[in-house]
Amino acid sequence: MRLLEYQAKELFSEFGIKTPRGISSNDVEAARKHAQELGFPFVIKAQVPVGGRGKAGGIQKCHNQDEFELKYPQILGMSIKGEKTRAILLEKMAEYEKEIYLSLFLNRSKRCYTIIASAEGGVEIESVKNQVIREVGLGDVDPKVAEDVAKQIGLEGRSAEDFVDMLQRLSKLTIEKEAELAEINPVALLKDGSLLALDGKVITDDNSNFRHPEMAKYQEKTELEERAEKSGFTLVELDGNIAVVGNGAGLVMSTLDMLADNGGKPACFLDVGGGATTESVYEALTLISKMKKVKAILVNLYGGIVKTTTVASAFIKAYDDKLIDLPVYARLMGSESEKSKEMLKGTKTKMFDSVEDAINGVVMEVSKRG
Amino acid sequence: MADIYEILRGRKDQSGNYEKVPVIVQGITGTFGSLHAKSMMDYGTNIAAGVTPGKGGQKFEDKVPIYNTVKEAVDATGSKISIVFVPAKFFLDAAKEALEAGIKLLVAIPEHVPIRDTMQILGVAQQKDAIIIGPNTPGVMIPGLTKIGIMPASPFKPGNIAVLSKSGTLLYEISNTLTKAGYGQLITIGIGGDPVNGTRLIDAFDMVKGDPTLEGMVIVGEIGGDSEEILAQHIIDTNFKKPIVAYIAGRRAPKEKRMGHAGAIVMGNYGSAESKISMFNKANIPVAKRPNEVAMLLAGKLEKSKD
Repeated sequence: MRLLEYQAKELFSEFGIKTPRGISSNDVEAARKHAQELGFPFVIKAQVPVGGRGKAGGIQKCHNQDEFELKYPQILGMSIKGEKTRAILLEKMAEYEKEIYLSLFLNRSKRCYTIIASAEGGVEIESVKNQVIREVGLGDVDPKVAEDVAKQIGLEGRSAEDFVDMLQRLSKLTIEKEAELAEINPVALLKDGSLLALDGKVITDDNSNFRHPEMAKYQEKTELEERAEKSGFTLVELDGNIAVVGNGAGLVMSTLDMLADNGGKPACFLDVGGGATTESVYEALTLISKMKKVKAILVNLYGGIVKTTTVASAFIKAYDDKLIDLPVYARLMGSESEKSKEMLKGTKTKMFDSVEDAINGVVMEVSKRG
Repeated sequence: MADIYEILRGRKDQSGNYEKVPVIVQGITGTFGSLHAKSMMDYGTNIAAGVTPGKGGQKFEDKVPIYNTVKEAVDATGSKISIVFVPAKFFLDAAKEALEAGIKLLVAIPEHVPIRDTMQILGVAQQKDAIIIGPNTPGVMIPGLTKIGIMPASPFKPGNIAVLSKSGTLLYEISNTLTKAGYGQLITIGIGGDPVNGTRLIDAFDMVKGDPTLEGMVIVGEIGGDSEEILAQHIIDTNFKKPIVAYIAGRRAPKEKRMGHAGAIVMGNYGSAESKISMFNKANIPVAKRPNEVAMLLAGKLEKSKD
């Protein structure tokens, strides 16, 4: 689960990591009151689950009421890299001397947590220079290690003490909330030498959600994604008009790649899981029927033990029930494929032996319809 | 590191065939476990015992004895291999029990195991010099000898190509095209689609590379993490010369979205297909654009290696 900045900062506060005073909202009425409470000036920050919002104009200073009335609705209505603004954080500005980078990050290849710190923060991690990197096993940070990192990035006195404290609190958060990443970028070094978390990014392990009912309030899923999950599917909604369905994440990604290579625009990634039954395919079609933008469906099922006839009957049932009226281009690998082709004659579903042929067919169909 | 061929193959009998080593199935009475236990038995895998707490003394399919604990099953069968079908939230306990009972190869089928649990069990595996394949793996197979996993049998045929894959269905799909093109498989290992793998691509590579009958390798990767890049660098560093072909799924996936597998996510440039493809190219490993291209590229590589 990827937390928004204000959610990450709620966790920071819970674990005793200092953040600037701020209030989140998603309507202008409430925000007007918050603006009075905070007092001008402050920063208006778009809450989106994607990086690079500063450059996209999603973070703006606000000095007075007029600016507020102009900027708040504008930022709330903004989309950044295809992600709509979910909420707005109004936050007091801090005067600081310096920006530092700090994160605890799950290094997948080394299979351990890693501290990354740098005296030069405030830019994306790829551009962070002079990184100090320390491997810390399951995420527990020994005070000596923290002190050493503080020294290596040139902190002294109160700043070093604050850094050691901050890093240990971040470590506690990472372990207790089962985070894959807990990043503070930048950490502001204030005039008095103390440290403040100006931004926050926390990604937790979805597979550990069952152990964290307290995090459920941060879960953000569309109605369709929720329904897909209940059926054991994975759904990722995309911008195009051809729904891509298959069994197994790798196979669906591969199908999506080939479709896009051929000029098709995927409307979604829908993985119905390992098996494919009449019920699961029917449920997949039900989900797709709710996506208005879809003009055609591309199905790629690899079933070593699946009878293609069971899948074919799901299409027929979906047409009979008037669930869908869309053309389906399907590659069904499995037994009894001739019989399935026979069953599907006269319907809008065409069956192909290769996924390449199915893709060519669906791309032509959609371009024909315009 | 424990030798995976040795664990999977056992001894040769007088006529030169490998003896079928015994395998334990944890969670043999569950819907999924029993379905695949049956399928493995049909393939010829020596399923010697099952484990389901509370069902000790019963028999699976009228012949496989069921025990309450892995220890009892190991004591009775001498098995070093276990395949685990328990729900993700019980995986850590089941896996610990298996390693403590002396299991040396643990095939971890469950999807959705928390990363922290995987990391914890890896610590135990290291102490015990045991191999964990998965979690979220389709399993491991030596076609013609043993199938320890949930893969269908039909795509695979005995041969001399090793296939290592993060994805299950792409492993079947690509093995099928290899088989059709006349390239059977020496061994196939599903790494699993999780962010943290018991056996990483580089580990799997090191496990399989030494067999003298190995003629070539196919690596099926996908977006997320950097295990493909690390493997490519390792291949360069070790000057491995046998033909290798790769395929990477997810070239067209949007960034910062999890594409079905917990591990299939691009963060910035970390985990991107471009990064993986360029590293494979640097290692002189061609990367297929479509699964169907793999066999053709491999044929080209094998042809050249004869010169």
